[in-house]
Amino acid sequence: MDLLRFITAGSVDDGKSTLIGRLLYDSKNILTDQLEQLEKQSKNKETGGIDLALLTDGLRAEREQGITIDVAYRYFSTPNRKFIIADAPGHVQYTRNMITGASNASLVIILVDARQGVVEQTRRHSIIASLLKIPHVVVAINKMDLVDYSRDVFNDIVIDYAAMARQLNLEDIAYIPMSALLGDNIVDRSEKMDWFEGKPLLQFLEEIETDNDINHTDSRFQVQLVIRPQTEELHDYRGYAGKVISGIYKKGDVVKILPSGIESSISKLEIAGQEVEEVFAPQSVVIQLKDDIDISRGDTIVKAGENIKVGNELQTLLCWMDEKPLHSGNKYYLQHNSRLVRAVVKSIEYKLDVNTLQQLPVEGPVKLNEVVRATIKTASPLVFDSFAEISANGSAILIDETSNSTVAAVLFQ
Amino acid sequence: MTGYRLDYLEQLETESIHIFREIAAQFERPALLFSGGKDSITLVHLAVKAFAPGKIPFPLVHVDTGHNFPEALAFRDLFSAKVNASLIVRKVEDTIKQKNLTEPKGKFASRNWLQTYTLLDTIEEFKFDACIGGGRRDEEKARAKERIFSVRDEFGQWNPKLQRPEIWNIYNGRIHKGENVRVFPISNWTELDIWNYIRKEKIDLPSIYFSHERDVIEHEGQLVAVSGFINMDENDIVSKRKVRYRTVGDMTCTAAVESNASSLDEVINEIIATRISERGETRIDDKVTEAAMEDRKKNGYF
Repeated sequence: MDLLRFITAGSVDDGKSTLIGRLLYDSKNILTDQLEQLEKQSKNKETGGIDLALLTDGLRAEREQGITIDVAYRYFSTPNRKFIIADAPGHVQYTRNMITGASNASLVIILVDARQGVVEQTRRHSIIASLLKIPHVVVAINKMDLVDYSRDVFNDIVIDYAAMARQLNLEDIAYIPMSALLGDNIVDRSEKMDWFEGKPLLQFLEEIETDNDINHTDSRFQVQLVIRPQTEELHDYRGYAGKVISGIYKKGDVVKILPSGIESSISKLEIAGQEVEEVFAPQSVVIQLKDDIDISRGDTIVKAGENIKVGNELQTLLCWMDEKPLHSGNKYYLQHNSRLVRAVVKSIEYKLDVNTLQQLPVEGPVKLNEVVRATIKTASPLVFDSFAEISANGSAILIDETSNSTVAAVLFQ
Repeated sequence: MTGYRLDYLEQLETESIHIFREIAAQFERPALLFSGGKDSITLVHLAVKAFAPGKIPFPLVHVDTGHNFPEALAFRDLFSAKVNASLIVRKVEDTIKQKNLTEPKGKFASRNWLQTYTLLDTIEEFKFDACIGGGRRDEEKARAKERIFSVRDEFGQWNPKLQRPEIWNIYNGRIHKGENVRVFPISNWTELDIWNYIRKEKIDLPSIYFSHERDVIEHEGQLVAVSGFINMDENDIVSKRKVRYRTVGDMTCTAAVESNASSLDEVINEIIATRISERGETRIDDKVTEAAMEDRKKNGYF
């Protein structure tokens, strides 16, 4: 049994909460006391019956205002797979939340209201999915019950979406017509849409192949911390603990330490104190090297001969996530996995309209939820890849030095 | 690429180990809040793996309400010695005396609220900048929205509207003086994941997780152990039942479930068959108000 993380993008009006509620409910992942509470609340609202959307309503503050503040995580499993849903609000000012939820997802469900078709919000969600390189996309064409389960309506939306997806370079896309409210094509195949030949949503999620989502070709490893027990029996032990970001490492591999460029070879590999012959992404491991080299947190170990960028002037795409705006020339900390360096945003080239992908001139400071192309200079060099090539080694965050807030998602170009 | 894949427990484990290493690298004085329950035992097990062959580089801290199950306390002492971790115990009883706090009244007078005072004092005493806890997002609605690195102000308060975005697997642990971070390395585990992991890794648990005979009273459909900490009245009928616990909390606010499950396999089978969530079944304190947890978190409760 493996694990699939996905994100749902859509607004309350698209039936997103109802869809998640339906997945949890129909896959029998709602427990008795949660159901009781739900019935109680549904009655409070005098909606009659169970309001599945309430299952995903979180905090009292949100219930009072009838909104969703932030990303919430939901868990369910079937005998075949464990699922983690990042439930992100789709409202216009919450691009930040979608990025937070999508950053670890390998699949996105984009909800489309069958009556509305592809709208500005669908476009925005798809653009973010494309920017973040989410490997798999499901276009959930919902509320089919309100368009008489019409095959023509479904086909028209598929044609519209496919045209847009081509511009965005979205590749693996599936389209599923459904009614989350009535349960059509969620767990069971809809009898009312026998013209649809694909799988219902849950079966699709259970069966989608995700083996190729992780890069096992290019070796990337960054040191999180150095383990030195300094006990009598482990007097000379020096192990580099970290996560394999991508690729595979084997005992005996000749490696290069970056940014210093010193070469050595792997003398021992360990997972949780047990020696192993090879390790692969995304395992947390300890690497020991043949030679005594000065290596510290944030240093990168790659196999000799790997093509990787080392530099301190970076072309980036910045998704701004803070109320405090970005001015060109501002200084921040940049955190690239475990490497923390001082950085300055040297220049801002253009703003990317997340509804149209148009490049717009930058007038004044960069505000919350805006995406810009910017040049960043760091105080010491980074060892990185472009986000397009190896996303796990091509991403970073900016941290405000005074508030300590995470203010931007950084995608290296 | 067959062969290079992890199953879901390995994926969860590797993520938790990554988080533990970030804590050790980013903070000067972390501590692991240890209750003796299965979640914190799993946490310690993961910490041992994260830093092997070295020692866990932070102490275990237990806030002792004085209402604990004796079995859990005995286990705590044995376990911390076995993993070679240092253990700090601070008692709610002492905080009550020092601060002249009023003990809650009522039938199941719980010191759960007062725990917060002792916890905040302990953080202050040792200047802990990161407290590691066993919270899981599947437990409860407020937890579902909390970050893995959750920044608290000097009063220990959580502000759900001002959480830092947590993007990719990059954890920002930078804080101001006086603030601290609560870190939840098993955020993405469910109750069943924990049990399956305990079985896979053959992790020892306190005996109260398995079926045993105990004197209990029945209160609003829940079984509460007879102890010196609850106020019985003439309507209470004491009976001896075969029970086990799904969570380990205070004797005043943790209910038992009737069960014959005496092995891990049997416990797991029962959990799969049960259609009541962990907190709903065994936590008396969460039923008080719908938003009970949200309120307590905002006030610095874990």
